Amino acid sequence: MTNKKPIKSKGKDVVNQHTGQSWVYSPTVKDHFFHPRNLLLDEPTPEVEAQFDARGTVGSPACGDVMDIWIKVDRDTEEISDLKWKTFGCGSAIAATSMYSVMLTENNGMKLDDALKVKPQDIMERLGGLPNRKIHCSVLADKAFRKAVNNYFRNTEQTDRIIVEGKRVIDPTTNTTDKDIEEAVLEGAQTIEDVQKKLKVAVGASDDVKLAVEELIRFYCEKYYG
Amino acid sequence: MKEIFPKAKRRAVYLDHAAATPVDPQVLEVMLPFLKNEFGNPGGLYAKGRTAAQAIANARKSISDVLGCPANSIVFTGSGTESDNLAIMGIAKGYFEKGKHVVSNKIEHDAVLHPLDELKKQDFEITYVDVTEHGQVTPKSIVDALREDTILVSVIYANNEIGTINPIADIGRAILKWKKENGRGPLDAPFFHTDACQAAGALELNVEKLHVDLMTINGSKIYGPKGSGFLYMRRGLKVKPIVFGGAQEFRKRPGTENVANIVGLAKALELAQAEKEVENKRLIELRDWFIDQFQKRISKVVLNGHPQDRLPNNVNLSVLDIEGEALILYLDEYGIAISTGSACTSITLDPSHVITGIGKPYEYAHSSMRFTLGKSTTKEDLEYVLKIMEPVVKFLRQISPVNLQIGEAKSVSMASAFVDGGVPHFVKKNQS
Repeated sequence: MTNKKPIKSKGKDVVNQHTGQSWVYSPTVKDHFFHPRNLLLDEPTPEVEAQFDARGTVGSPACGDVMDIWIKVDRDTEEISDLKWKTFGCGSAIAATSMYSVMLTENNGMKLDDALKVKPQDIMERLGGLPNRKIHCSVLADKAFRKAVNNYFRNTEQTDRIIVEGKRVIDPTTNTTDKDIEEAVLEGAQTIEDVQKKLKVAVGASDDVKLAVEELIRFYCEKYYG
Repeated sequence: MKEIFPKAKRRAVYLDHAAATPVDPQVLEVMLPFLKNEFGNPGGLYAKGRTAAQAIANARKSISDVLGCPANSIVFTGSGTESDNLAIMGIAKGYFEKGKHVVSNKIEHDAVLHPLDELKKQDFEITYVDVTEHGQVTPKSIVDALREDTILVSVIYANNEIGTINPIADIGRAILKWKKENGRGPLDAPFFHTDACQAAGALELNVEKLHVDLMTINGSKIYGPKGSGFLYMRRGLKVKPIVFGGAQEFRKRPGTENVANIVGLAKALELAQAEKEVENKRLIELRDWFIDQFQKRISKVVLNGHPQDRLPNNVNLSVLDIEGEALILYLDEYGIAISTGSACTSITLDPSHVITGIGKPYEYAHSSMRFTLGKSTTKEDLEYVLKIMEPVVKFLRQISPVNLQIGEAKSVSMASAFVDGGVPHFVKKNQS
C-alpha cells in the first residue's frame, strides 16, 4: 500500500442514527478503514488459493458478517509469511482485521504459537479503541485465523496441534472455557457478577481476564437474547 | 496499489429526509415569538395566556381544514410515536370489553409494533396479515382477518423504509362495508388507524376520503420541529388517555402545551400540502431517473418496495454483496448522508424487519440503502452520489467474500458462517 494518508474529513465522526452514539474513531482506525492492508483483492480461484497454505472462514451470528482469511506459513520457522483477508463486514470489522493482519505479518511474520495468543484487546490497543458494541466485529478476525491455523495443522498432518473450537481457556486459574461462559449465559446470567456466582471465574484475576469474560458475556447475550 | 477512492470536490448531499428534515424558515418564523415574548401558559386567563391559547386554536383549525374534520378531533402530542401509542393503547383501553383482537402487519413502524407487543402481554390477540412482495397490504387480507372481537386495524399509510404506499382509502372502505354487513355503525368497532408520518408531505390527508378513524402525523418529516405531532381521532370515539394530569388537549394528552411546536407543526403541514403537487412531480422525476441510472451504472442492484406506488422521495436499493454500514461510513467521508437496513447500525444488531418482512433474504437487508430526497435535492446532488457510489461499491465488492446472484438464496447463503447449525440469532429468536 503506497498511499496511507486518510481522506480529509470535515465531519469529525459518524453518529449512529438510533443510539446517537458517535463512532469516534481514532486516527489509526480511520487510516485502516480507508486504507485496509493485506486485502485479497483477487477472486479466490483455485490458482490464487494455491499460493496459500490454509484458509479459515467464519461469520458473526449477531451481525451477519462473513470473514475469510488465507495464510502462508514458513514450514521451518513457523512464521506467517503471508496473510490475506476478505470481509462482508461493517466498518469496525474492516479496520480491526486490517490491523490484525499487520500485527501478524510485520517483522517477517509472527510465529504461529505467538499469533494464536493475540487477543482482541491487543488489536483494540493498537487501534486506539473501538465503540463497545462494535468489539465483537474484531473478534471475527482472530476466529477466522484460528480456523485457518487448524486447517494448516490438518494439511500438514499435525492433527495433535488442532485447537478444538469453542473450548478456549479464558481464565487459567479456574480453567474456565468460553463454553462454560456460554452455558452460564444460557442459564440466565447477564453480568460478570452473575457469571461469577455460577463459575467463580475471574475472581481477583487480571483486568485482561475480566475483560475477556465480559466480552464473552456480551457476545453470548447478544447472540441469544438480542 | 492504486488509489481506491476517487478524488472529488466534496459536496454536502443530505439524502435522509425520511429520518429528519430541516425546519422550513417560514415555519421557524411563526414559532419564534412563542419561544421568546409569547411564552405564556395557554391555561392562563391573562393576555399572554390568551395569545398562546388562540395560537393553538388557530393551529388546530388550520390542521382540521387540511384533514376535513372538526377542529376538536385533533389532539396534539409530542411525536409520531406518542400518537401511535395513544391511538393503539387508547382504543384498547376504551374498547377491551368489546373484544381483544387487533389486525396489523409485520412491516409497520416500531411505534406501532411495540405497543402491539404490549397489548399481547394484556391477553390481546394480534393478527399480522401478509404483505405483498412490494410490501403492500391488500383490503381483502384485512377484511379476511376481521373477527367478531376485532376492535382495531392499524396499517401504515406509506412505509418509512421502502416507501410503499398502502391503499388506505380502499382498506377504509372495505372495513366500513364489513361493518355495515355485520350490523355495525361508524362508531362501532373495529376502528381504522393509519400512521401517516411519512405520507404527510406528499399524499391526500382528507380523513373522509381515506375512511380512517385515527391518523398519526408528526412535524419532523415535513420541515416542522422535532417533538411535535398530533393524532386525529374521529369524534365520538372512546380513546382513553395513556398519561394523566391536567385538562389539556381534551384530557386526552395532559401537560402544558408546547405552543411553538404546535404552531410550527400546523404551518409545516399547511406548506407541505400547498406545495405537494408541484414538488411530487419534481421528486418523482428525480427518483425514477436516479433508480434508472443507479441500475444502469452498477450491477446487481434490487429495488425494494413498489415500483410505482411509492413515496415520491423514497429510493431503497439492495446493492448485493456489500455491507451497508461500511458503505455509509465511506459515503460520509464524501459528505453524503443516507441510511441502511443493515444490522450493524441497529442497537439490537438485527437486520431491517421491513426488508426481511417482504420476503427478501438477510443479505438484502444488510445490503439495503435508503435514499430519501427532499426540497433541496437537485439532479447535480444525485449525479455526485452516483459518481462516488461506483468506485466505492466496486471496492467493497472486491473485498467481499459473498457473491450472490439476483433471485438466488432465500436464506443465509453461507450457513457455515454461523455457529450453532448455521442459524443466526435473529432467526432463532423469531422461531422461539
